[in-house]
Amino acid sequence: MKAAVVTFPGSNCDYDLYKAVQDVGAEARFLWHRDRGLDDADVVLLSGGFSYGDYLRAGAIARFSPIMDDVVAFAKAGGPVVGICNGFQILCEAGLLPGALIRNASLKFQSESVWMRVERTDTLFTRDYAAGQRLRIPMAHAEGNFRADPETLKRIEGENCVLFRYVDRHGGASPEGNPNGSMNHIAGIVNEAGNVMGMMPHPERAMEAVLGSTDGRGLFTSLMGALAAGSAA
Amino acid sequence: MSRYRIEIRVTPRKGILDPQGKAIHHALHSLGWAQVDDVRVGKAIHVELDADDAGAARDEAEAMCRKLLANPVTEDFEVYQVEEAGA
Repeated sequence: MKAAVVTFPGSNCDYDLYKAVQDVGAEARFLWHRDRGLDDADVVLLSGGFSYGDYLRAGAIARFSPIMDDVVAFAKAGGPVVGICNGFQILCEAGLLPGALIRNASLKFQSESVWMRVERTDTLFTRDYAAGQRLRIPMAHAEGNFRADPETLKRIEGENCVLFRYVDRHGGASPEGNPNGSMNHIAGIVNEAGNVMGMMPHPERAMEAVLGSTDGRGLFTSLMGALAAGSAA
Repeated sequence: MSRYRIEIRVTPRKGILDPQGKAIHHALHSLGWAQVDDVRVGKAIHVELDADDAGAARDEAEAMCRKLLANPVTEDFEVYQVEEAGA
């Protein structure tokens, strides 16, 4: 699997993401936001950070970077695209994922470990998890409060587009388990076609037991397995 | 061609949670302004540009809002003021 990690000015999780895909055996490469072409990538990943200083709105300016034309075309052709944290915000701004991410209900930048529940295991991104599995994953953001208008939210739920939901330590979607005020406790979603996903927490920071959790590995091994199966078929 | 100064206002869409507005609302109440009923926080964006006339300047500003300046999921925009600059 060739995995391309896009770096925007202000990205700061790009090396973590590069290391994460490398860790599961992918051939990783960086792409700069001004590059054109995706260098034969099988999967494109947009990392966390503060692209363009989060000016105007998080992700609003990065979404017009030259490389995004290629990312959008790749996604529209069915190519797998992953957006984590700022990457998720960019994918929403680019219209590849529905909804938007606004200021946390607390108004604070929150850096903490959260629990989230795996809602679907039939996707490229989650096939190595168990249904309902609880994951302990770090989050670090000020704008992670997922919002969508009522019809869009209904469609997201109706089409089963929620991949991960914030839960409390017992696995319940309680108010205490929702760190940022996200509608329906949404932590991560996938598009209806199933090839573009975005999430606010950071699986690439949960790859090593010594750092507190390995619960993020499943996302990358899922991708790796799905793409290997796809190319063998 | 004339130079126009444009003020654009972008505000959180009605019905969308506005955490900043809520925090300020709370602070105003604490300071004694009990009569304050609602606070919403948006931004004002000032743009200067050259255009044939005020209508054309407004059209450009609206196009900018639709493409970049406002997110239609969470925000409303208004091209609040278009005035000829200079002289």
